[in-house]
Amino acid sequence: MVNIIVCIKQVPDTNEVKIDKKKGTLIREGVPSIINPEDKNGLEAAIRLKEENGGKVTVISMGPPQAKVALKEALAMGADEAILLSDRAFAGSDTWATAYTISQAIKEIDKFDVIFCGRQAIDGDTAQVGPQIAENLNLNQLTYVSEFTVVGEKVNARRELEQGYSELETSLPVLVTVLESINKPRYASIKGIVDAHRNQEVKVWTTADFKVDKSKLGLDASPTQVHETFVPVHETKGEILTGSHQDMVENLVKKLRSENVV
Amino acid sequence: MLIIKDTCVGCGVCVEKCPYDALSMEEGVAVVDHDKCTLCSACVKVCPVDAIEIEESESKAKIDISQYSGVWVLAEQRNNELLNVSLELVSEGRKLADELNEKLTAVVLGSDLSKAAKELVAQGADQVYIVEDEELAQYRTAPYTKVIAEMINKCKPEIVILGATHNGRDLGPRISARINTGLTADCTKLAIDKERGILLQTRPAFGGNLMATIICPEHRPQMSTVRPGVMTKEEANYERTGQIEYLEADLAAEDLSAEVKKEGVILKFKAEFSQEDLLTEIKQIVKEAHHSVNLEAADIIVSGGRGVGDPKGFAVIKELAEVLGGEVGASRAVVDEGWIEKDHQVGQTGKTVKPRLYIACGISGAIQHRAGMQNADLIIAINTDAEAPIFNICDYGIVGDLHKIVPMLTDVCKDILAEERK
Repeated sequence: MVNIIVCIKQVPDTNEVKIDKKKGTLIREGVPSIINPEDKNGLEAAIRLKEENGGKVTVISMGPPQAKVALKEALAMGADEAILLSDRAFAGSDTWATAYTISQAIKEIDKFDVIFCGRQAIDGDTAQVGPQIAENLNLNQLTYVSEFTVVGEKVNARRELEQGYSELETSLPVLVTVLESINKPRYASIKGIVDAHRNQEVKVWTTADFKVDKSKLGLDASPTQVHETFVPVHETKGEILTGSHQDMVENLVKKLRSENVV
Repeated sequence: MLIIKDTCVGCGVCVEKCPYDALSMEEGVAVVDHDKCTLCSACVKVCPVDAIEIEESESKAKIDISQYSGVWVLAEQRNNELLNVSLELVSEGRKLADELNEKLTAVVLGSDLSKAAKELVAQGADQVYIVEDEELAQYRTAPYTKVIAEMINKCKPEIVILGATHNGRDLGPRISARINTGLTADCTKLAIDKERGILLQTRPAFGGNLMATIICPEHRPQMSTVRPGVMTKEEANYERTGQIEYLEADLAAEDLSAEVKKEGVILKFKAEFSQEDLLTEIKQIVKEAHHSVNLEAADIIVSGGRGVGDPKGFAVIKELAEVLGGEVGASRAVVDEGWIEKDHQVGQTGKTVKPRLYIACGISGAIQHRAGMQNADLIIAINTDAEAPIFNICDYGIVGDLHKIVPMLTDVCKDILAEERK
């Protein structure tokens, strides 16, 4: 029996985010919300581990009420229980405050052997919340994991490096952040979807439902703050070459030679 | 909580600027959807009549930040050889330290660091702290976190920067959680706000569609990770290593203030580990030869995007790269399509490159791609769409079909190179 927790985040599908060139702002209208891709790999890894060893998969997320949709999808894929941490007090949390809040919620859950997270979320790309939860819960951590096995108390993993990989061995309990290459997440079955919507509830926890120090929540408690945001602008500096194809290519090569790059 | 005051004139600027779609206009005034608002403050800055405010609670815990001083670079070694990114960061750290008029300290853990320590001094560090131990030969989360968190707690640096390598991104958040401070990931620019004396950390957000400048005003140290290839490595100066003094210190000692104040020293710290720190064991580290795409170090990169058409279309890109002695790059779109391996991806979620010459073929130049290549010395763009944003950042552009232009360019270059060889 393995008790597993999976941390997921609902994110805008950033592949679909476009910029309004005139106004210089993001167009979010019609951009779908999805389960962060690598978190889905974490969920798949959890479900497989449960299928092999028995046990329970609990999915946990922090976000606005509409993040329930992501948790329903996780239930449909095969998770047993889903908890959404949602409270206005959490708004504006940076990674430190997010990790604190999720860690406190995990402490409420009886016992666990493995926590899976995606390596990073596509809307922030920070890769920080996983290791910060591991620190708060005083757990071993394995990041950038592309292969993972549990035998008894022993854990073996392949951790990807920039050029190559390492093979690591540690023991339970452990927090693992996974890469997309670890598996191919399943599609929810029709039965799974029906069950998730008819028979399974997403529990919503506010600050009243678990033990938190209110001075460690949200924007006020976050060490980092957004000072400003801006759409990157680049001045036009380029020279557009003209003429026939042959002219343009020869002209370009001349320029390259005069700049000494070729 | 975000508050809209009575002074709101209903101009709607904030609604447009909100990246989270949390503001709307109702009866001529802005209204906040608190479920969507993340308090990012984008609207506060653009409001022309200062009608938006973030209400702060009064329960903030404050720490005494005046005790903290100095800039630290956490350098990384593999087999006791320093990574390039660490040297780039020492150069960047030098600038920050000079601007603050403070000391620059490089910190490195490993098993045999005498050469690395000298290199860090030559690169510009005022002092180097090393911890040599067989248990630290290879990076492991627990012992590295323990040693560095303890050093930070005892020596109190104001700024700590480290490379956003796989190991750096494993270690950085672990340390920040242990010592309860902020960490900003993958910064592309670091600067000092002269008025407040704080670090301005700029990084891409929303897949590079927006840039955000992050601050850590009330916690110390201010921590950032920076990707390899983003900062510029200055020339090393080995004359600096002439008068190095070696000192030793025990990390367990109560007071280290005398040792850490000295400049021009290499300070060797002694550390101890418990069974628990060493729980994770490295069975082996495998270097993979086929991962030979080294975009970060390439002088010339020829990149292909959607305009290449299909996987086979990359042949013309590869050929030009080969003739020029360069590497092949790619946009995220074609990597996602599976036309070329992920190793080739340039951009926010790929690699950050800084070659002498970057030739972008059939790449529109989405901001997330530009984030990875805009620091190239010379950028050439070839694209059929004259409106493509890539033309805004290129030095020379050709509007046309890459399948006609690129082979022609390859032939001309081939001829020239053949001529030169004669």
